[in-house]
Amino acid sequence: MSAPVLGDALGPRGRRRVAIASVLASLAIVYLVWVAFRRLKDAGQLDAAQWELLTRPEVIRFFLGGLANTLKAASLSLVLAATLGGLLALGRISRSIPVKTAARAYVEFFRAFPLILLIFFNFFALPYAGINLSRYWSLVVALSAYNAAVFGEIFRAGILSLDRGQSEAAMSVGLPYWSVMRLVILPQAFRRMTPTIVSQSVTLLKDTSLGFVVGFEELLRVGQIAGEFGRNPLQTLSLVAVFYLIVNFTLSRVARHLEIRQRRRYQAAPIEVAGVEDLVAVGAAAEAQQPKGH
Amino acid sequence: MEVVLSHLGAFAGAMRTTAELALASFAGALLIGVLIASFRVSPVAPLRAAGTFYVETFRNIPPLVLLVLFYFGFTKIGILYSEFVSAVIVMAVYTGSFIAEAVRSGINTVARGQAEAARAIGLTFPQSLILVILPQALRSVVPAIGSLFSALLRNVSLASVIAVHELAWLSVRLIADTGRPFEILGGTAAAYLMMTLPTGYVFGVIERRTAIKR
Repeated sequence: MSAPVLGDALGPRGRRRVAIASVLASLAIVYLVWVAFRRLKDAGQLDAAQWELLTRPEVIRFFLGGLANTLKAASLSLVLAATLGGLLALGRISRSIPVKTAARAYVEFFRAFPLILLIFFNFFALPYAGINLSRYWSLVVALSAYNAAVFGEIFRAGILSLDRGQSEAAMSVGLPYWSVMRLVILPQAFRRMTPTIVSQSVTLLKDTSLGFVVGFEELLRVGQIAGEFGRNPLQTLSLVAVFYLIVNFTLSRVARHLEIRQRRRYQAAPIEVAGVEDLVAVGAAAEAQQPKGH
Repeated sequence: MEVVLSHLGAFAGAMRTTAELALASFAGALLIGVLIASFRVSPVAPLRAAGTFYVETFRNIPPLVLLVLFYFGFTKIGILYSEFVSAVIVMAVYTGSFIAEAVRSGINTVARGQAEAARAIGLTFPQSLILVILPQALRSVVPAIGSLFSALLRNVSLASVIAVHELAWLSVRLIADTGRPFEILGGTAAAYLMMTLPTGYVFGVIERRTAIKR
């Protein structure tokens, strides 16, 4: 990141220009930070009293409860989505046409819907069918169902990215289908998919904040309640934002690190779906792997 | 089915709001994205740092957290906009970070010789970026930007949280009013499809028109 991406080393005049631009840009940044600071200070938002509330033990306990709920929903959804996604991927590459069609229909269905609507639906509509899900389960069911479609496409892309010779060699030594999958294909595919899985986990963690809309007391809802109670929403909600920022930044770094290591070790590009966070793009990445694969 | 038909007017209005939200946010996001991507490849170190800071910050915070913070928190420092405008600002800022990353990866695909040639004929960095690099980079990221738009089209449903009368909001409202959740859900799905399908088509056309023929 240190050297400019475009062009090579600059001459004396170019260096002078860059130096002047650097000074101007630094001044502009300092000015913006100063404006923000003044604005916060003038509105009394930097007063110790506004922040002191956040250090009270009962407020801290309240936030930790929200954090626990967020992590609980995220981890359970992750496990459910990965399991169901694995089945979907196997369905999509299966040789049986009905199975293939069903798996494809599932993915297409979730492409059409915003996740927030699925959560609303679980909470407000399912009771009409006699199914009463709690706020927690409304969130977890929607997150798992949606992310199963995403993970299914990621797994499919991973499996299809392997060289055809791998499965052919495994079959030619007489292994049955499931052993081919279990012993040869899946371990290799999984390794390639790890960076993508980690970055999709970031998206999933971000999406747990949608539990807010049905009143599930995850981190964001907790931040809003605490803010209303203490009349300091700016402080409590900023705290929530900073929490997400730190955790997701770390996870994204891990994903990038895995990606680079993998590229070095296997000379294989990862499955390029990271960060696009759209089911259409994930599906397209899987299609792109197709000609090489089965 | 007749439940949906009898509310066709409401559906059309909500679809319009969703489309307006998405288009306005997308315009903002494109501007922000191209600007931040230019920062990230600039030879000026403070601008690079500012670009990285922007992308890492907004990509990692959930859009709903940004929306709630902006709408309920920023009023405290006198930043107060209507629900619609708040949603547009937040979605533009959030999606802008993704577009910036897409554009940057497009810039990296432009052959090195292009930048070198631009410099050899005496163009300054901003000139070579605007006249030579970006026109080529943007072409190569049309598909990525298309899928970001379709994600945005569904993400603007978050505006229902601050009661912007778009599709998700209407859907919840109609479920409560009519007591016919499954028909309403089907209608909403159809409405979303009616918007995402033409989008895919339009971006397909743009992609073909702008493709570099080699």
